[in-house]
Amino acid sequence: MAGSQRRIAKELAEITKDTPEGVTANLVDESDVYRWSILMEGPEDSPYAGGQFKLLLTLPVDYPFKPPALKFETKIYHPNVTNDDKGAMCLGILKSEEWKPSSKISAVLRTARSLLAEPNPDDAVETSIAEQFKNDRKEFERVAKEWVTRYASKRA
Amino acid sequence: MSADSEDEFMSGMSSEGGFEDGNESDSVSFGEEFEDDEPALDFGLHDKDITSAPKKPYEVDFDVFGPRDIQKYQDKQIDEVGAILGQPPESTAILLRHARWNKERLIEGYMDHPEDVLEKAGLGLAGAVPAKTMVVDGFVCDICCEDEPGLETYAMKCGHRYCAECYRHYLSQKIREEGEAARIQCPGDGCSRIVDSKTLELLVEDDLKDRYHELLTRTYVDDKDNLKWCPAPNCIYAVECGVKKRDLNRIVPTVRCDCGHYFCFGCTLNDHLPTPCALVKMWLKKCEDDSETANWISANTKECPRCNSTIEKNGGCNHMTCRKCKNEFCWICMGVWSEHGTSWYNCNRYEEKSGSDARDAQAKSRQSLERYLHYYNRYANHEQSAKLDKDIYLKTEKKMTNLQSSSGMSWIEVQFLDTASQALQQCRQTLKWTYAFAYYLARNNLTEIFEDNQKDLEMAVENLSEMFEKPTSELAALKVDMMDKTSYCNKRRIILLSDTAENLKNGSWKFNIDINTA
Repeated sequence: MAGSQRRIAKELAEITKDTPEGVTANLVDESDVYRWSILMEGPEDSPYAGGQFKLLLTLPVDYPFKPPALKFETKIYHPNVTNDDKGAMCLGILKSEEWKPSSKISAVLRTARSLLAEPNPDDAVETSIAEQFKNDRKEFERVAKEWVTRYASKRA
Repeated sequence: MSADSEDEFMSGMSSEGGFEDGNESDSVSFGEEFEDDEPALDFGLHDKDITSAPKKPYEVDFDVFGPRDIQKYQDKQIDEVGAILGQPPESTAILLRHARWNKERLIEGYMDHPEDVLEKAGLGLAGAVPAKTMVVDGFVCDICCEDEPGLETYAMKCGHRYCAECYRHYLSQKIREEGEAARIQCPGDGCSRIVDSKTLELLVEDDLKDRYHELLTRTYVDDKDNLKWCPAPNCIYAVECGVKKRDLNRIVPTVRCDCGHYFCFGCTLNDHLPTPCALVKMWLKKCEDDSETANWISANTKECPRCNSTIEKNGGCNHMTCRKCKNEFCWICMGVWSEHGTSWYNCNRYEEKSGSDARDAQAKSRQSLERYLHYYNRYANHEQSAKLDKDIYLKTEKKMTNLQSSSGMSWIEVQFLDTASQALQQCRQTLKWTYAFAYYLARNNLTEIFEDNQKDLEMAVENLSEMFEKPTSELAALKVDMMDKTSYCNKRRIILLSDTAENLKNGSWKFNIDINTA
């Protein structure tokens, strides 16, 4: 086992070469491969379209044996993202029961973006947003769009 | 019983072959009136025939097992089922764990669709590949990206191959840090194949193997409804009891682990006889949350009619001025003070309907609070006294030693002190819970009998408790008296518990809440 650096470098190279749709990934700091800065475009046909979300991906020292952590730095109105300064996203693949050492960061980013396109209200962290998503989709989309304009517009 | 349990277990194994086929109603007399949909999974002989004393209505049958018994029993089941399915032991173990040890369902399912069953348990893609590491030309480990020639690699039957070092690291992390055992999957992304014991044997260091087997035993007990770990700290025993979840409103299955800990098999809390689990849960929640604070507030305070601040009246005068919004109002009718006209300080709106409604609601709330406090104070008092008695219990040993030297009594002859303090502990525990029980009882004749029994036990306990405060020099002379009082306490406890249990079993108690919704 050559330590996690080698594996991380390879994944970073792969992502740069074959970027998942709507996502760009860079190291926060060139000398630290454990912290990735992610820019994610809101998927078309979703209330997040036109928004750009900044995320921080942190890799544990024991990576890839332990899952990475993903955090929204841009505020987002979404049933599966905590509406606090943690901005934690509830993603199955990020849980230690589901994460496998051969799982890839690109898969994490793809899953995260598909959750933007299709929220999963049954596995929500923000129950009131999930309720609204289920029962009053119009109002949910209105608020989500409003938040995009307020927090996630590209110019900001 | 502790010393014999293993022997009994062993003799059960050798003499009776299919001992798990024993009929449940043999071992759990209570279960007779409830239909059973699955056969009991008995460990072995019950000591029912050995003990001569007839069972009390509140007692249940149970057995205590050590880690080795559990391991043996697991192995035996694996052998049996493996022979039927024609699968090697390591695969059978995985299948049984996957089926949560319901072997009838497993065998049935396997006979109908063997491939499905194997696939679901993570054993798909059959094909005999021996468990060994190998070197593969041009191999790159997908986990660490190492591509050095001659790298040792390993894969299970699913073919997801990684370098042996990554495989090892993965397994040890799952076992050591995540406490996983029976359901560790292949490290391949999306592969649900379960890591079998052969792979574990091959790749994991010896010290971790022990931990692995310990965890496997743990999941075995966790998976079985009729087995529970003793909740006492560091206790290694598991208890088997046939009482089912649905029976818990009719019986309080209290068991005694070989470590000496009494607990309820239903909820694993400390012995809470005679109160059924559902009421215990309700009571503890009631005592814990601040619903009673809210009750106090509604009994003792009112809200300012203007700004709704909560106000506690701290003087006799009914002319209230809200500290917050400076609203002046009458405490009795809650009307604006200036409208009281000439009848200041003597509210003449006292009989107004709205005012009397408010007072009724307040009186009711106060009454309910007082009722709760009545039971709670007694409950808490016995809890507290039990703690104090426990302190005395800890000093008992010293007392016993002193008594031996001062009176010339032998160790055996001073055992009565130990017996007495244990009886005291147990009776206080029971008394404590009688108050939670009584809180939920609706008033009728049975309740009166219950309260008489409660009173008798309480008097017996206090009489005995008092004797413990006597100086050591007097204890020798009190021996006979103390032994009498101890046995009287135990007798009163048995009477109370038997009566309560009989009525519970027959569904005779009337509660002031719906016990089934708890």
